[in-house]
Amino acid sequence: MDPKLLVTVILYGPLIGAAVAGLVGRRIGNVASMAVTTGLLMLSAVLSWVVFSQWTWGGLQPFTLTYAPFIQVGKFVSSWSFRLDGLSAVMLVVVTTVSSLVHLYSWGYMAEDDSKPRFFAYLSLFTFAMLSLISAADFMQLFFGWEGVGLASYLLIGFWYHKPTANAAAIKAFVVNRVGDFGFALGIMTVFWSLGSIQFAQIFPQVAAHAGDAWSFAGQSWRLMDLACTLLFVGAMGKSAQFFLHTWLPDAMEGPTPVSALIHAATMVTAGVYMVCLLSPMFEYAPVAKDIVVVIGATTALFAATVGLVQNDIKRVIAYSTCSQLGYMFMAAGVGAYQASMFHLFTHAFFKALLFLGAGSVIHAMVHEQDMRRYGGLAKYLPVTCAVMVIGTIAITGLGIPGVGGFAGFYSKDSIIQAAYAWGHAGDPIGYFAYVMGVFVAGLTAFYSWRVAFFTFNGHARWTSEDLEHHWHNRDHDHGHDDHASHAQAETHSEPEHGEQVHLPYESPWTMRLPLILLAIGAIASGFLFAGKFIGEQHVEFWKGAIFTAANNHVLAEVEQPWWLAQSPLIVSILGLLFAAWMYLLREGIGAKWAANKGPVYLFLYNKWFFDELYDATFVRGARFLGDLFWKGGDQKLIDGLGPDGVSAVSLQVGKGAGRLQTGFLYHYAFVMLLGVAAILSFALWAWNA
Amino acid sequence: MSIGLAHYLAVAAILFTIGVFGIFVNRKNIIVILMSVELILLAVNINLVAFSAYLGNVTGQIYAMFVLTVAAAEAAVGLAILVTFFRNRGDIAVDDASMMKG
Repeated sequence: MDPKLLVTVILYGPLIGAAVAGLVGRRIGNVASMAVTTGLLMLSAVLSWVVFSQWTWGGLQPFTLTYAPFIQVGKFVSSWSFRLDGLSAVMLVVVTTVSSLVHLYSWGYMAEDDSKPRFFAYLSLFTFAMLSLISAADFMQLFFGWEGVGLASYLLIGFWYHKPTANAAAIKAFVVNRVGDFGFALGIMTVFWSLGSIQFAQIFPQVAAHAGDAWSFAGQSWRLMDLACTLLFVGAMGKSAQFFLHTWLPDAMEGPTPVSALIHAATMVTAGVYMVCLLSPMFEYAPVAKDIVVVIGATTALFAATVGLVQNDIKRVIAYSTCSQLGYMFMAAGVGAYQASMFHLFTHAFFKALLFLGAGSVIHAMVHEQDMRRYGGLAKYLPVTCAVMVIGTIAITGLGIPGVGGFAGFYSKDSIIQAAYAWGHAGDPIGYFAYVMGVFVAGLTAFYSWRVAFFTFNGHARWTSEDLEHHWHNRDHDHGHDDHASHAQAETHSEPEHGEQVHLPYESPWTMRLPLILLAIGAIASGFLFAGKFIGEQHVEFWKGAIFTAANNHVLAEVEQPWWLAQSPLIVSILGLLFAAWMYLLREGIGAKWAANKGPVYLFLYNKWFFDELYDATFVRGARFLGDLFWKGGDQKLIDGLGPDGVSAVSLQVGKGAGRLQTGFLYHYAFVMLLGVAAILSFALWAWNA
Repeated sequence: MSIGLAHYLAVAAILFTIGVFGIFVNRKNIIVILMSVELILLAVNINLVAFSAYLGNVTGQIYAMFVLTVAAAEAAVGLAILVTFFRNRGDIAVDDASMMKG
């Protein structure tokens, strides 16, 4: 079939689904709206795989399809278009596959919810925005998609709008993203101002010629490419929750779990990585910006992994894990291994969506309990969930047998760490910094990921204690964390027929199990199936020019290093696994004991390096102070005081004074009349004489 | 000493002033106000007649006749209002007549 028709259907299918479910969803009913959105998404996913396989094996060439003009102001030309190249082909399958599986999963997970059409409309709208982001042929459509996914993310985080925490988290995500978007917009302006276009096809060939351009500002000379790329990277930091702008992502877990899997793990948060890879022709000429990307990425990886070690909310651990893995991707992009970055994005989408949906299945089974301290021993009640979660954990920790093979993360994470080493070897010490961070974080990743698995599925069942029973009882009334309006379900569990006995967790329905199994297959196979294409010998033919690497960039090539250095990520992963096993299987309860000590390191990590407190003390309070100043001082006192309020007060006073003149006594009126006559006469005489 | 225009005008001015003061110094009686108005009109009449005689022009005297007529009508209407006012309020003291106060 014609690939141009295929991509058009892929792009607009979700939009139609969103429009149907969103506009007439209440009229056509729940099942119809769910079926329309899910069906169109599945169609998109299947067609995406067709396009992707044509791209990978069928020799499909890159093309750009233009649908309609968007903005035309002088040289600022943007049109609605679809750019198919290696990057967008990869993203197509990632986005539509995860999205369609999440749609299906939501049939089960959102079964109790009473606004399903709205939920599915938002999901489809998100998918459309994400597809328009990845298929953009110019910065304007990229920005449109960028803001579109931000909007959908906001709507979905705040989906349970009756929860104040969800609303606060939605607003936080929106506001933090505005900070990044400001940098992004400035970056686009810098590009347009220096290169005179916003269309990728026109910009990229010019970059080499303008690589040395500089701009004087504030007494400093700024290299244009470094400036533009750094500003654009600020946008990526916001969207991809990198260090300094990461605070919204853990809070975004207030949204329904399928949303977390789709938006806050697999697709939207990787938009920043995608943008950096897409702009590789620019970043390759921006060494300073690349170093910034590496440092921020490595710092994020370390930060998020350390925080993830001690969190107790299962979704938050996975959220920090996402944050950390995004740090890996940026690290790879920063050292110039864009292919490895995209590969990790690709594999990560499968295993992280799997982990999130698996966590959602556990949460579903545990009546919306998200605290892992109240899990334990669930393996025999949730066999499928347990199996896929273990697969996801093996995939993320990158376990494998060197020379033979392994799950997805084994290939992608190793390639990133090797690329960082190669970059250091090539002469940039920041490469070695990234390498050390990468290896260390691999160990942390193994620990916290296995901690989730062991803590949830093995050990004693901590949910059978009296305490938990009591907790559940309260939960049915005041709904703590992730309750999605499941009153009906909650009430069943507190029915007297259960008596003193706590209900047993049950495995999720097939609509939830099937996506888990499919994603597990992806988490197993995406690594060894595509490693050769993405980062191996065939990578030049696979990307077909979508990724540009400078002549001196050889980070993907093999570098001589001792075997223990080459295998270090695997070694620390196994150490992390063993330590987690010791702590949560052999010496169960030691973690709780350590946590109870509340040592300074524990508190520092548990409070997420005190970032929320820091931002609250500086930006939030500062903004509130400024707001108060302008509101109470500027608006109420100055503008209202002198404006409307002042005028009305003065006219009231004048009116009162004038009213007092009207006494009702005849002789007062006569006297005033006399004065008037005298005044008129005097004036007449004066005028006569003059 | 012959009596000239200035004397007439002086008498008229004195009458006018008495009339004006009669209106707003008086605090007792609305009838006094009516009488004061008559005094003012008379002062004007004296001025008109005096100038008429002085200038040898009869127009002023004719005008004075009109003023007298109007004054008579005004007195009739004023007294009629006064009678009604007294019937309604039982009093014609000026200080009590403040119903026009807003």
